[in-house]
Amino acid sequence: MIVGDRKDFKEILEKLGSLRRVLVLGCNECVTVCGVGGEREVGVLAAELRLYWKKEGEAFDIREHTLERQCDYEYIDQVRGFVNDYDVILSMACGAGVQYVAETYKTKLVLPAVNTTFLGVTIEQGVWSERCQGCGACILDMTGGVCPIARCAKSLLNGPCGGSSEGKCEIDKEIDCAWQLIVDRLKESGQMERYEEILPVKDWRTSREGGPRKRVREDLRL
Amino acid sequence: MPCTGRVDALLILRTFESGVDGVYVAGCMEGECHFLRGNLRARRRVEYVKGLLEEVGLGRERVEMFNMSASQGQRFAECAREMTERIRSLGPSPVRK
Repeated sequence: MIVGDRKDFKEILEKLGSLRRVLVLGCNECVTVCGVGGEREVGVLAAELRLYWKKEGEAFDIREHTLERQCDYEYIDQVRGFVNDYDVILSMACGAGVQYVAETYKTKLVLPAVNTTFLGVTIEQGVWSERCQGCGACILDMTGGVCPIARCAKSLLNGPCGGSSEGKCEIDKEIDCAWQLIVDRLKESGQMERYEEILPVKDWRTSREGGPRKRVREDLRL
Repeated sequence: MPCTGRVDALLILRTFESGVDGVYVAGCMEGECHFLRGNLRARRRVEYVKGLLEEVGLGRERVEMFNMSASQGQRFAECAREMTERIRSLGPSPVRK
């Protein structure tokens, strides 16, 4: 899933400036699962804004609404009927959602309330960890199902480096060395011969270096 | 509510929105939760809300978590007095003005 962090309240207030008619817009997908932008978090942010502006003696109009997704037009369109009642849409979706809402309502000011951080997994309730960088050319078959692009600090294709110590990365003793994980996993799954293969220089054109990416499936188009 | 494990940030914030001056959550003794970890979860959530209240300018002191058993009436009264005194010294919630 896409994981994010709620922006600081102070930053959100600064971005809102003098605008007081606010549509706080949540998303029921990834940001709900990682506890940052779902219905509950929309409620918390809206409550914070109301408490702050009440304290300041200011008039305001806040509406809470959470869409099934903010990355699909069909759902974004559901707020069309009342979106113009508000000065600003405060989106609690990931960056993709914020942008699609802004693209849909071209004349509306759309502000992000979330910092999108990574593609990851739920380690346990309340703990998420990065797993993928969307490089566009998956090599997990070669690395025992552990991604060195996302999980090695240097994104080394042939590791580990000298900074690996007792299974941890030199940048932080809390961070596993991805290449230690890869070797362990290759051993466990009986694939150590994979480790002998030198991975070639990566063609980063499939990643962000190739520019913004777009995927088209003609067979799925209407 | 049957367990402080039900307490969450939204519940406390909405209580403040209703105009209260302070909130204290009275949970069972740590280690004695019938649902195992309800009171421990509540404590973390209260800590989280303290941060939110600080952000919005109400101050973190307006919410607190206390632990006591059902048979500790005196302890309950002590906590109530402590919180009442604290809130009295802080004054009314700035949201109510």
